[in-house]
This record gives sequence, structure tokens and C-alpha cells, in this order.
Amino acid sequence: MIPAVPVPYYIALSAILFTIGALGVLIRRNALIIYMSVELMLNSANVAFVAFGRAQEIVSGTPVFSGQIFVFFVIAVAAAEVAVGLALIVAIFKTKQSIDVDTLSSLKG
Amino acid sequence: MSVELVIFLVLALVAIATALGMLFSRNAVYSALFLVLNFATVAVFYLLLGAPFIAMAQITVYAGAIMVLFLFVIMLLGAERLAPSQALPWQRPLAILLALVLVVEAGYLLLVRGVPAGQIVPPAESANALKAVQDLGETLFRQYLLPFEVTSIVLLVAMIGAIVLTKQEKGEG
Repeated sequence: MIPAVPVPYYIALSAILFTIGALGVLIRRNALIIYMSVELMLNSANVAFVAFGRAQEIVSGTPVFSGQIFVFFVIAVAAAEVAVGLALIVAIFKTKQSIDVDTLSSLKG
Repeated sequence: MSVELVIFLVLALVAIATALGMLFSRNAVYSALFLVLNFATVAVFYLLLGAPFIAMAQITVYAGAIMVLFLFVIMLLGAERLAPSQALPWQRPLAILLALVLVVEAGYLLLVRGVPAGQIVPPAESANALKAVQDLGETLFRQYLLPFEVTSIVLLVAMIGAIVLTKQEKGEG
């Protein structure tokens, strides 16, 4: 038997990690932890990209780089997003003295 | 049961456990450290999938740069823990219910509608690893040159944005 891991296993892992990330965004109130959960969701999508790319590579027999290159771009954009997001959190902390997202209700009618 | 499958299952267990640890830690520093471990296991998944360049980028950019930035901000703000405040009572059960619905839907689509049910074989010889990275670089700088340059502009804008957001206005303090 060929040593192998079925593709759906990777996709299932990706789905579980994505759900944990989404749950973190929904139930935590610390803005930093919400940010970490978003990073987790980006990562789970990356796993799916690389797994599909590898599966395509095995099926076609030639190297396929689209999945890996997309992941490269996702990592770059995530880095940019974290830089801006953390600057926003620091700015919010300077005015509110808290990063509890429940306190950010200035726009409430 | 092959060795690769055992490695995959153990790593998947570690990845899910660290993700849950990140989610349920009371202290934000512990959350960040759990997430570093999670990113490291994901990097090993990339190695299993024959993507050594992405694995190293994951370690340096995510586990290195991004998480250090997170820890830096957590400690700078002293925001390891939040003061307890009353949450909406129905929010947590509703969120967990919706997450379960999401997992069940994803599982249904996986098992019934079907992802292409191929097998992922790890790359055979390690002598090919460097060649694969070289080919990846050539594809990146030939076929995907324009997106690459756009990414550099995105990073520049993010850098300027971060500076502008944290800059003290004149006369403000």
C-alpha cells in the first residue's frame, strides 16, 4: 500500500481550525484574541490551498505552484493586516484605556 | 496504517488542541504562545505536503514576526486579562451552536458531496526539495510578477498606515 493521507483529511482539519477561529471571533471580548482567531482562520485556508495544490500535482504529475504562491500572498497580506490592526488597537487603547470590544459602543444610537 | 497517516493524525491532534488552548486561555500571553505552537504544526503540515518554502515562510513570518508583534503589543498595553464584565447571556451558547452547524455542514459537504478523494503522497526524495523551491521562485517572478509588486505596495501602505495611526498629533499631547 502506498503511504498516503487522503485529501479529505486535510480539508477536514482545515474546516475544524476555521471553525475554532470563527468561534474565537464570536465569543471572546479581548480585541487581541479576536485578531489571533482571524489569523487562525487565514492559516486554515492556507492549509486547504496547499493540500489542493499537492493533490493536483499528484494527479497531473507535473509541479503545480499556484496553491503555494497564493499562500505566499496570503501570508504577505496577513502581515500587512496585523501591522495596521495592532496600530488600531493601540490607538483605541490610548483613548478608551481598554481593548474590550464591548466598550467600543460610541456609535450605538 | 502508514507512518505518514500516523504523523498526520498526531499533528492534527496537536493543531486542534493548541487552537482550542488559544481560544480558552484566560491570559492573552498564553493564547499567543499556543498560537505559535499551532503555526509550527501547520508548518510541519506544509513539509508533509511538499512545500518547504511555504513552511519556512510560515515559521519566519507567522511564528516569528507576527506573533512577536502580538506579544509586544500585549505586554505594551498590559492587557493580558480583561476586567470581568457581564456578557450577553445568550451569546456564548448561540455562538457554539452556530459553530457546530458550520462543522456539520462542512462535514456533510466533505463526506457526501465529496472533495476529490485522492491520496496525498509525501515527496519522494529530498534532493528535489531545492529544485522545487527554485521552480517556485521562477514561477513567482515570471508568471506572478505583477501580483508580487502589488503586494509590495500593500505592505508599503500598511507601513504608512501604522505610522500614521500611532503618530501623536501636534498639540494633542
